[in-house]
Amino acid sequence: MEREPLIRLRGITKTYGNGQAAFQALRGIDLDIHEGEFIAVMGPSGSGKSTAMNLLGCLDVPSGGEYRFLGQHVETMSRDERALLRRHHIGFVFQGFNLLARTSALENVELPMLYRGVSQSERHKQARAALERVGLNGWEDHTPAELSGGQQQRVAIARAIVTGPALLLADEPTGNLDSERSREIMLLLQQLNTDNGITVLMVTHEPDMAEYAKRIVRFVDGHIANDTVREEVCA
Amino acid sequence: MIFNAFLLALREIRRNLMRAFLTVLGIVIGVAAVVTMVTLGNGATAMIKTQLSSLGSNLVIVVPGTRMGPGGGGTPPPNFKESDVAAILESVRGVRLVAPASSSSLTVQYMQSNLTTRVLGSTPDYFEIGNWKLANGRLFTDTEQRAARAVCVIGETVRKSLFGNSGNPLGERIRLKTQSCEVIGVLAPKGQSAMGQDQDAVVITPLKTFQRRLAGRQSQQGVGEIMTSVREGANTETVVNDIANLMRSRRNISGNEVDNFSVIDTKQIANTLSSTTQIMTALLGAVAAVSLLVGGIGIMNIMLVSVTERTREIGTRLAIGALEREVLLQFLIEAVALSSFGGAIGLALALGSSLLLTWLLNMPYLFNAQINLIAFGVSATIGVAFGFVPAKRAAQLNPIDALRHE
Ligand SMILES: Nc1ncnc2c1ncn2[C@@H]1O[C@H](COP(=O)(O)OP(=O)(O)O)[C@@H](O)[C@H]1O
Ligand SMILES: [Mg+2]
Repeated sequence: MEREPLIRLRGITKTYGNGQAAFQALRGIDLDIHEGEFIAVMGPSGSGKSTAMNLLGCLDVPSGGEYRFLGQHVETMSRDERALLRRHHIGFVFQGFNLLARTSALENVELPMLYRGVSQSERHKQARAALERVGLNGWEDHTPAELSGGQQQRVAIARAIVTGPALLLADEPTGNLDSERSREIMLLLQQLNTDNGITVLMVTHEPDMAEYAKRIVRFVDGHIANDTVREEVCA
Repeated sequence: MIFNAFLLALREIRRNLMRAFLTVLGIVIGVAAVVTMVTLGNGATAMIKTQLSSLGSNLVIVVPGTRMGPGGGGTPPPNFKESDVAAILESVRGVRLVAPASSSSLTVQYMQSNLTTRVLGSTPDYFEIGNWKLANGRLFTDTEQRAARAVCVIGETVRKSLFGNSGNPLGERIRLKTQSCEVIGVLAPKGQSAMGQDQDAVVITPLKTFQRRLAGRQSQQGVGEIMTSVREGANTETVVNDIANLMRSRRNISGNEVDNFSVIDTKQIANTLSSTTQIMTALLGAVAAVSLLVGGIGIMNIMLVSVTERTREIGTRLAIGALEREVLLQFLIEAVALSSFGGAIGLALALGSSLLLTWLLNMPYLFNAQINLIAFGVSATIGVAFGFVPAKRAAQLNPIDALRHE
């Protein structure tokens, strides 16, 4: 008997623009993601990886097909319903970090909890714990400008995991980092997956980085070209 | 949710102190400039109005000669006769009181002090027509007037310079030219006239006294001017015309000859003056409105410069699960807080500078609630509009588009 997957995509399409300028970025995606997975999404540039991530993260809606998150139909949800889904179940890490400028690491990490109405003392406690989890204790009061790229991405990861999401989405999280920093970030994501049981979905076009994932989904021209579960995971 | 939005807005302000400061500054300048300028304009108008009313309202003054045009090299126009005064009172309807007056500038002396001031001879009605009040002592009577008694009533400026700050002049004798004269009354001060003359620099004697003892040259003989107060409700224009016609016939001016006298209506002067100050107030207001506009453009600039950064931040907030209305509320609170803070400071600053300037310029301070409200309203609206509208647009974007905004 099969477990209900965390995410189920069936025949998902996404078309940008309309009329003559219409462009189909996704041409029918079927994908199941189960809790506890660590998936690397690979593929050439323009193959629709980011488009798929944005749909999975409920930041955008598909043009066609069916998307279920924990059994709920996302494609029919309102804007606010999707926002609440993001708030309670999804953490994002972007290539460009997207931290608030001139704001301390601690306050950046606290931000998602402000929208959840968590009390101040609880916010501080959890934000500190999340920063410690990503190895940034002692850096709480530094603003993004005072942190290296790798540290900024750690703050972004802390912000993504501080609310204990079911799913962590990372679109080229190491795209702006050197290989040593990238490796550290990958190890961190791997630990979050194995130790904290967070489902991780990560876009990368570096095969080295994909080594850390348990499963690799390859996109080509808006299709899933292949989907392999790896036997040996890099550690 | 409201509390959270407050917290978020507060953090946003603290994060962007410079932007907040410049926004507040723009509003402060706009509000303070408009309110101060209009308040000063109103003060000037009020000041001129009180000065005009101290002159006596509804006054018609008849003087020899024409006010405008070349003086001509010929003989100066003759003064009036006392019978002219009686004729006006008798035959012009709408006239309440008439007083003849003659004056000249003379040296006034008391012990070692002296000053040159206006000495005027008239009848007791003059005080009522000219809206003079007594501070001390008494006025001269009609009997004293007709008997040409050597008595006089002095203005506050004359009292001060002859008797010192606290001296009591009643019963003292002052010297006018070569004549000695007893001070029987002191007039309550009136201050400057609308034309800037000190109305209190005056000594008033009975007309007969002036004519017999003080008037020298030919031009000071007879009656120098006729002061008339118009009855409440009477048509001043008709009174002016009637007096002019009466004087033409009494002075034997035929149909096509020009008048050798003028009839001046103070109400008309008052209207001219107050419409002048109203124009001035409007001008000041216009200048101030420009500064309001400049302040507004400043705010606009600051806000528009930061739109890209703000849009991305809003994208981030939406991505981590903020609802559109939460983001809107946060930015609305921020904009309202900054604008009303700036507005309040602006109003306080305007209050301070208006009080200071009206005090320095010796004008009355008049609080004008309307202009305070308008100035506050306009700049707060600019602040809120330019703080909030870009945020509103960003919050309505797809989170992805907001994140990618360039
Ligand atoms: N907002 C958009 N509007 C129009 N076209 C878009 C938009 N986003 C992506 N695309 C197009 O969709 C295709 C897939 O883009 P994307 O998902 O970003 O690819 P990847 O992340 O795999 O490089 C590309 O050809 C891109 O030009
Ligand atoms: Mg991409």
